[in-house]
Amino acid sequence: MSGDIRARFRIDRGSFALDVDLNLPGRGVTALFGHSGSGKTTCLRAMAGLERPPDGYFALGDNIWQDEARSHFLPPHRRALGMVFQDAGLFPHRSVRGNMEFGKQRAGSAATLSLTDVADLLGIGHLLDRPPQQLSGGERQRVAIARALLAAPKVLLMDEPLAALDLKRKLEILPYLERLHRELAIPIIYVSHAPDEVARLADHLVLLDSGKVAASGPLNTVLSRIDLPAAFADDAGVVIEAWIAEHEADDLTRLEFPGGRIFVSRRPELVGTHLRCRIHARDVSLALEPQTRSSILNCVTATVVALAPTDTPGHILVKLDASGEPLLARITQRSADKLNIRPGLVLCAQIKAVALLA
Amino acid sequence: MDSTDLSAVWLTLKLATVVTLLLLVIGTPVAWWLARTRSALKGTVGAVVALPLVLPPTVLGFYLLVAMGPNGPVGQLTQSLGLGLLPFTFPGLVIASVFYSLPFVVQPIQNAFEAIGNGPLEVAATLRASPWDAFWAVAVPLAKPGFLSGAILGFAHTVGEFGIVLMIGGNIPDRTRVVSVLIYDHVEALEYTQAHLLAGGMVLFSFMVLLGLYTFNPSRRSTA
Repeated sequence: MSGDIRARFRIDRGSFALDVDLNLPGRGVTALFGHSGSGKTTCLRAMAGLERPPDGYFALGDNIWQDEARSHFLPPHRRALGMVFQDAGLFPHRSVRGNMEFGKQRAGSAATLSLTDVADLLGIGHLLDRPPQQLSGGERQRVAIARALLAAPKVLLMDEPLAALDLKRKLEILPYLERLHRELAIPIIYVSHAPDEVARLADHLVLLDSGKVAASGPLNTVLSRIDLPAAFADDAGVVIEAWIAEHEADDLTRLEFPGGRIFVSRRPELVGTHLRCRIHARDVSLALEPQTRSSILNCVTATVVALAPTDTPGHILVKLDASGEPLLARITQRSADKLNIRPGLVLCAQIKAVALLA
Repeated sequence: MDSTDLSAVWLTLKLATVVTLLLLVIGTPVAWWLARTRSALKGTVGAVVALPLVLPPTVLGFYLLVAMGPNGPVGQLTQSLGLGLLPFTFPGLVIASVFYSLPFVVQPIQNAFEAIGNGPLEVAATLRASPWDAFWAVAVPLAKPGFLSGAILGFAHTVGEFGIVLMIGGNIPDRTRVVSVLIYDHVEALEYTQAHLLAGGMVLFSFMVLLGLYTFNPSRRSTA
């Protein structure tokens, strides 16, 4: 609806340099993923206008917010954006309601969402009259998200909104983020260094490494690339969109995805529910023919696409294609030699574990 | 307490009130600038503002007297504007007191602004608040304890000044004779009863001010 996002920033501060040129989709969740110091937060701050790279361009559809070639720079308060900071940044002198109204009042007629609707969306209706000091970490982040949404943003920027929370709070807030993903028409740019959050939320993935873009593309296209810097290889794995096909009598649930079927422990969801699953490369082993005398249940027929070395001595990554769905397997070089694994070979990918993300 | 004493008390309160209000108006932008600037001048300006903390009031009063006198630059300006000369008048006393009490107002406000940091202002900017809007809607409310401390300290310090009043204001009944000077007069005249009354009043007043400062202004810098 709002068109694509163009972002080009170049910063050189000696010890830190950022040089990115991105074309991002105008909808869905784009994750900026990288280790600390990779420049992901600086990149997000530049999009918000909180930093002004001397060489920069940023456009959201037809709205050009920065174009240094023409000395054009819109300060943050004149950009239709919402930003959620790592520490929530609620104003301590205002109640939850007062915080939420802050941006809404200033957005004027552009603010079309009602405070009640947004409070319901984030499950904070019962907190409106509390001071921020009385909220838990997860509640604060939800209020911060609600506050940002009420300012009528055309893009929502989130700077590691879960990083300061413990696991329990994270699990409490993730469903709300997924809900935003489903119900909001605006693009979300999400900075994170947690692979699980990215796998769970993102549609589009940008990998940043030392201030440069290592990869940018649809989530699985990037995740299944085997030519990425070794820094990302530890967590190599793909994300599949599966749906629940059947709850079987022996407490297993059968999931189907375009590449095949996978059995997992019985799930509470109804048949037909879509689930995102992450399959780590280290949880996939390869066999030349289906193993009937093995405890591993999940066996997906796949074709070898390519092989690549990893940082782990003696191990390689194998990229597979299962009826169009990419898969990654991490195996030893010795096994690869023994089985003569080469591109074009059709074999059986045995999946030992699946991480269900929703 | 006779009418001379009451008149001095009234004059003292009037002086301290006017000076405090002026200092909030002048001190706030100075404190904001000092808290936020990366300018090389920050140290110099900060030192100038703090000078009255270390200078004897007589030194400050002497220079102000010279500057505001008939041959001083300020004096020539006020004369050419038809305002006459400022020494030995209430406005002269106000101006001198503003200089003298400036650091007591600027520093607490500056500290409060510095404690807020950049975060809340950046949040405000992403919520469509212009810098001016963010200053009033976020920075000032969050710095309220600093403003309170600054106002109380500025008021109390102006009430207690002595040397600079003598240098600039002299000792003119109803116009420049404040309590601290009057106590001195009473003591010189051996009127210990009256001196006791005023001096005791000052002790009580100062204690109440500090009690209020420490009771109602516990430093709570919680950010959410």
